[in-house]
Amino acid sequence: MSVIENVSRRRFVQGALAGGVLILGARYAPRLLHAEDEPTAPAALDPGLWMAIAADGTVTIVAHRSEMGCGSRTALPLVVADELDADWSKVKIDQAIGDPKYGDQDTDGSHSVRSSFDLMRQVGGSGRAMLISAAAAQWKVSPSDCTTELHFVVHRASNRKLGYGELAAAAAKLPVPKTDELKLKSRSQWRYIGKESNALFDLPDMVTGKAVFGMDATMPGMVFASIEHPPVLGQKIKSYDDKAALQIPGVKQTLTLDTVKPPHMFQPLGGVAVIADNTWAAFKGRKSLKIDWDSSSHSSYNSAAYRKSLEATSQKPGKVVRNIGDVDAAFKKGGKIIEAEYYAPHLAHASMEPPVAVAEFRDGKVIAWAPTQNPQAVQDTVATALGIKKEDVTCHVTLLGGGFGRKSKPDQVAEAAILSKQLGKPVKVVWTREDDIRFDFYHSVAAMYMKAALGADGKPTAWLQRSVFPPINSTFEATATYGDDEMGLGWNNLPFDIPNHRAENGPADYHVRIGWLRSVANIYHAFAIQSFADELAKSAHKDSVEFLLGLIGPERIIKLDAKGDDAEEAKLYPFDTARLRRVVEIAAEKSGWGKRTLGKGRGLGIAAHRSFLTYVATVVEVEVDNKGQVHIPGVWTAVDAGTVVSPDNVRNQFEGAAVFGTSLALFSEITATNGAIDQSNFDSYPITRMNRAPRQITVTIVDSDAPPAGVGEPGVPPFAPALYNAVFAATGKRVRELPLSKTKLV
Amino acid sequence: MIRLKVNGQEKTFEGDPDMPLLWYLRDVAGLTGTKFGCGMSLCGACTVHQNGEAIRSCTTAMKDVGGAEITTIEGIAPMHPVQKAWMEIKVPQCGYCQTGQIMQAIAMLNNNKNPTDQDIDVVMSGNLCRCGTYPRIRAAIHQAAKEGA
Repeated sequence: MSVIENVSRRRFVQGALAGGVLILGARYAPRLLHAEDEPTAPAALDPGLWMAIAADGTVTIVAHRSEMGCGSRTALPLVVADELDADWSKVKIDQAIGDPKYGDQDTDGSHSVRSSFDLMRQVGGSGRAMLISAAAAQWKVSPSDCTTELHFVVHRASNRKLGYGELAAAAAKLPVPKTDELKLKSRSQWRYIGKESNALFDLPDMVTGKAVFGMDATMPGMVFASIEHPPVLGQKIKSYDDKAALQIPGVKQTLTLDTVKPPHMFQPLGGVAVIADNTWAAFKGRKSLKIDWDSSSHSSYNSAAYRKSLEATSQKPGKVVRNIGDVDAAFKKGGKIIEAEYYAPHLAHASMEPPVAVAEFRDGKVIAWAPTQNPQAVQDTVATALGIKKEDVTCHVTLLGGGFGRKSKPDQVAEAAILSKQLGKPVKVVWTREDDIRFDFYHSVAAMYMKAALGADGKPTAWLQRSVFPPINSTFEATATYGDDEMGLGWNNLPFDIPNHRAENGPADYHVRIGWLRSVANIYHAFAIQSFADELAKSAHKDSVEFLLGLIGPERIIKLDAKGDDAEEAKLYPFDTARLRRVVEIAAEKSGWGKRTLGKGRGLGIAAHRSFLTYVATVVEVEVDNKGQVHIPGVWTAVDAGTVVSPDNVRNQFEGAAVFGTSLALFSEITATNGAIDQSNFDSYPITRMNRAPRQITVTIVDSDAPPAGVGEPGVPPFAPALYNAVFAATGKRVRELPLSKTKLV
Repeated sequence: MIRLKVNGQEKTFEGDPDMPLLWYLRDVAGLTGTKFGCGMSLCGACTVHQNGEAIRSCTTAMKDVGGAEITTIEGIAPMHPVQKAWMEIKVPQCGYCQTGQIMQAIAMLNNNKNPTDQDIDVVMSGNLCRCGTYPRIRAAIHQAAKEGA
């Protein structure tokens, strides 16, 4: 909930907006506060700045969400510009620092456009109304007789027009229209929203090398640091020898960082930092360090044994997270009983830009530049690490060279700040690729147990599902063993028309830091559910698409036991099986499902999954060659993400999701031996290369007037099960663990 | 002392001769368009041209580029047809790997004016993109080839 304000009247100008004439801010009031305490005096709160118009007509729009490749830094300003009726070529984007005045800035959960769409429309619409009022006053006509045309206010009757820049000073003196009196554009009037021509604001800089990522940030007088972290979580330094390291040209000194204590939150892991006058010297110095590490309670972590314990837990009754009918009674009645177990390993994010940050501690305050998904978490984490106030941490956000959830966690920024405090100068911390892969906040390893009974008509009468994984909450609460948000990520919301259904979650201890990775628990949950659905289809001798549509059942709103924010969200975004059915039908049709003759070793597979409020179905075609290598000639994805701002970028996201999905389906796995991660670079942790990527990816966006939903993540979950179902169709082999490279197909 | 040319300018370097060209370009010469991705020639984010051929600057030591002519993304006159194609196809998502991709693609098109899909696969599979823009990279290379890059 936000209230838009005219900030220029209060002379609130700063930074890049200085010189702006009309400046609109929005007072952000958290939902709870708003309900009890409305309205507070605007002047008592610090308004966020959203938009300014300078006398030369330049419109500056603040991007308060981070750009990691999903396009929100462009999409949200496009929405403002559309309602303002601004000329996009006259728009500049100013990246916001971390500040609660902007509301939630954590660019995760595929919700930048979803959460800010209405506010951005109101900001632009308010500006447009004020410009119209200013022109009308000057012309002494009614505002209702005026309109706008791309950066001009026009009065058609008298054929007069004034540019936004000419009007900005007068508009700045006017009150902001009340939100409920604002006349926003109708959908047909949108100039940018939903248009193919939209391109990333930073595109020209990206292709010329001018774009500034975290890796490119500098501060005058900075030194470079590379940190040898404890190989096993929680290990302390017994002793270390830096004599050889100090001999390396450019190395200045070494410093130690305290080993993190649980709960780990986003605090640094600890270790030995090599300080040097360039990145290479710091890297080289590290190789010469001799460190004797203490043992840790996590030194017993071995992936093979841990897998067995997860699978054993998945055989026992767990915590019930959704219950419909009585599965136990239904199983007793008999029918064809089918059971299956699925397994998915840890994954690392492996953004092309490894974690990096530059920070300076001076006079009790910190200024940091970082490629972060969450600059307010940087403020919190750095403040906690240094014992200073959150307000005394300024976090500037660069472009992110990928994020995928890793860059929601700012441990490396805190490392830079801690080292800067000790050294009295700015410090740039650069993680190597090996650091990135060995010290991630990993996507959870998971084991799923599934059981269903098929009736005589081939339809399931009962469906039991149980998942077990170390939860993300263990990062915040050391004793957490059960999933929390993970349940809503594809587990407590099975959209199938089955009379008896129970979803459970079993406990698991963590041994590495666990975190969010693009689409999170949806990856393993959709893998189990959509693979199992296909197993049942084959068992019932039915076509996979026909069977899946039968499982989804008639068009209806799925009843979910949502609470709090989820319940609010469910009102605006009910789980509509008609939309899920439609994407299944479109993906099947586009792929030529049932209408093409596939050659030897070829097969099609389908999967459908709703995540981040977006409905997605994917058909994958595979070709398994005589060496058992899997090729992907085609992928057809249908997406219903509601209202879409930049359709071409949305297609790019879903093309990318198919490639990201190929990585986790075919290649990627993180394992531990005696607590230390076995993989370290792209040789041991392979991700998809062009020659193994899908040859052709066709993305169909369903035309929709529904509110905007997520686009960054939802393409990932259905990909792996669709591919595995295709492998079954091609070879008759049912593989139940990720990645496929662990299984010999011939 | 190592002498080399970077984007047409004479440079001298007196630091650690083992320093990879990548870190010289980024930390010493201030040319940050060339990216660090892996440090092992596994991802191609650091691709630059040495005497017109694509190399991985992360594993090319300064002692091995004495007398060489190095071209980085900053030395490509915009808009090169490859950059133009990248813009038109709207290839990038995060953009981090794209300068390396573009440098690799320019070098390939210098040697092969009309590459097939398979030619492109062979050359471009050394350049990773975690966002997964490969289909667009391939389309952009074909388009640049058509424009006579």
